[in-house]
Amino acid sequence: MKKYIVPSIRITVVLTILLCVIYPLFITLAGKLSKGHGDGEQIIVNGKVVGYAAIGQSFTKPQYFWGRPSAASYNAAGSSGSNKGPSNPDYLKDVKNRIDTLLKYHPYLKKSDIPADMVTASGSGLDPDISADAAKMQVKRVAQYRKLDEQKVAALVNSHIEQPLLGLFGPGKVNVLKLNVALDELK
Amino acid sequence: MNTELLGIIASFAITMLIAIPLGKYLAKMYAGEKIWTDFLKPLERGIYKLSGINPNEPMNWKQFLKAMMTINILWLVYGFFVLMHQDKLLLNPDGNAGQSADLAFNTIISFVVNCNLQHYSGESGATYLTQHFIFMFLHFVSAATGMACAVAIFKAFRDKTTTDLGNFWNFFVKSITRILLPLSIVIALILTFNGTPSSYAGKDKFISLQGDTVNVSRGPAAQMIAIKHLGTNGGGWFGANSTHPLENPNYLTNMTEIIAQFIIPVAMILAFGYFIGRKKLGWIIFTVMMVGVFMLMIPSISSELGGNPLIAKMGISQATGAMEGKEVRFGPTATAYWSTLTTVTSTGSVNGMHDSTMALTGLWELLAMMINAFFGGCGVGIMNYFIYLIIAVFISGLMVGRTPEFLGHKLEAREVKIAALITLLSPFLIMSFTALSSYVFVAHPNIDWAVKPSTWLNNPGYHGFSEMLYEYTSANANNGSGFEGLGDGNIFWNVTTGIVLLLGRFLPIIGPVAIAGLLAQKKFIPESTGTLKTDTLTFGLMTFAVILVLNALSYFPALALGPLAEHFSMLK
Repeated sequence: MKKYIVPSIRITVVLTILLCVIYPLFITLAGKLSKGHGDGEQIIVNGKVVGYAAIGQSFTKPQYFWGRPSAASYNAAGSSGSNKGPSNPDYLKDVKNRIDTLLKYHPYLKKSDIPADMVTASGSGLDPDISADAAKMQVKRVAQYRKLDEQKVAALVNSHIEQPLLGLFGPGKVNVLKLNVALDELK
Repeated sequence: MNTELLGIIASFAITMLIAIPLGKYLAKMYAGEKIWTDFLKPLERGIYKLSGINPNEPMNWKQFLKAMMTINILWLVYGFFVLMHQDKLLLNPDGNAGQSADLAFNTIISFVVNCNLQHYSGESGATYLTQHFIFMFLHFVSAATGMACAVAIFKAFRDKTTTDLGNFWNFFVKSITRILLPLSIVIALILTFNGTPSSYAGKDKFISLQGDTVNVSRGPAAQMIAIKHLGTNGGGWFGANSTHPLENPNYLTNMTEIIAQFIIPVAMILAFGYFIGRKKLGWIIFTVMMVGVFMLMIPSISSELGGNPLIAKMGISQATGAMEGKEVRFGPTATAYWSTLTTVTSTGSVNGMHDSTMALTGLWELLAMMINAFFGGCGVGIMNYFIYLIIAVFISGLMVGRTPEFLGHKLEAREVKIAALITLLSPFLIMSFTALSSYVFVAHPNIDWAVKPSTWLNNPGYHGFSEMLYEYTSANANNGSGFEGLGDGNIFWNVTTGIVLLLGRFLPIIGPVAIAGLLAQKKFIPESTGTLKTDTLTFGLMTFAVILVLNALSYFPALALGPLAEHFSMLK
């Protein structure tokens, strides 16, 4: 094996320069031309950064649209799902409590109106989106707390539904942060 | 038609459109024939020159394996020390700590063997330096190692009688310059233009719309995520892997990543057929593997779309399927599709948490990794299948009463013994270590480790058992996905999975290369009417039966205790 040690060391150094210096720096430079300049796309309101488009935030106040439950409390210094198994009794209790909370704030809903994404935690704990149904079911509550016309809020939600890729592939969705930013601007 | 379903159909179609020509390309490129990427030759010559390597020096199977093992051991040692001292080195804007000895042991093995179990979280357990210079570097070279070893087997069968398996350095460097690096550049660009960070900026802090202070981890992730998939590695930048909205920002990146992790495993199978001049054999193997993939994928998708029956009982509508551990932008269909492909290949990246998938989906994920030969990892997939082939040839030989032959070489006691040992290795490692961890959990719940045995399961009952079974299965298959609820950040899991990882990687590489080397030294017997034809559907079916029987016999009892028991308990 002795014969191969020196070439092994040398090729490791050479490939490190190619793969860990030249390649990533090239991508970093190219990334400067992208929307977020490779730093992540920020959302700015009145000159202040209020978040990242891709990263979900915690919304607990009733005058905002809520996102999904999160095992990471939307703290993007980390990320994680609940990793609860489908038959775990503690987990099922959590789901039940989430249903009860939703029904308390949305007394006009039937259980079958609640979409699964509103009572289950996402994989990353940072899911920025909810389903269109999940946004629609919150319209009445948000309108009441903000003393806004319900139809106006519903129209805002409709304009924030993002269609599948090319209208063909994958699910539709609503970005909660973008929706809430627009909601704050609604008079 | 349902757009979620259309999404995976399109992903599959694009995968095939890329993989088929890629297979032909790989065969020509490794054979050294003239090809359009020859403009990269000066780059390769530069690499050989600076490294003091003669890429044309012939190697027999022992020399080939020695070169491969030497450089892999070098990476193990070097990476171990860098990980332990990463806190004092450059590129650590978030001020993360060094890894403990047992964690560094596990992490470095895991990355050298193309597994990436990741008992740390990228946001806090690694620095930008280690993410790039250790992890991303190993993403490239571990994939290239696997591919180089596969090509040695290709060559042994093409050249009929030979002792020369080709030059390890030659296959290794070309795997990087002619496929892994160019394709990584394309994928990384797609990712960064869709929102994955690619700059070296550290953590950011802002006040959220509602008034909370929030930190966001970032970093040059796009570069690593590209090769993480292309090289079937799976080790992500962030803790939550490709569920993380910066690691996988939208449906387009999701398609890109799932396509990237499947093209090379598929292309390598076809390349085998083209390389040895038996196109049909390549396609037969492809068919057997693809049938296997669909037999795992269709039930996975169906059980995820069905949703959780216990949540259905509460009266909630699960219109699109089970959503725990999944992201809205991908949906359950694409997540189930991904869960199958990431476990049949050795990628192990996830776009949804496997621990929270339905019990039966968990069963298919486990089985895919236990079989570990339906396309499999970059290069090593075909080697695992090769072992099953040898067993199938041997059994068919016994059945028809002829000396077993494979591609013109007599299979004798020595080769069959090696194949049998490799076949037994997986169940032995998985079962005995799962038994050990179950024993420790029950008999010594309060040992003073970083995570006490009594607390290392995140779920009670059958599912808890599945968490331990999954960890060793993933380690043995060099997959790297996990039932991540398992509290594996202690010395017990770091050391035991480290051992399983090493044995589960290198023995199944050494075995097939040795068999190929031994066979190639023997006299070539031309085909006659008495030859068992291996490129027929009948023989494909025979191999498939061997795979099913071997795995059912080995794993059914364990699967019955874990996911099957959980499934039936939920139906009550």
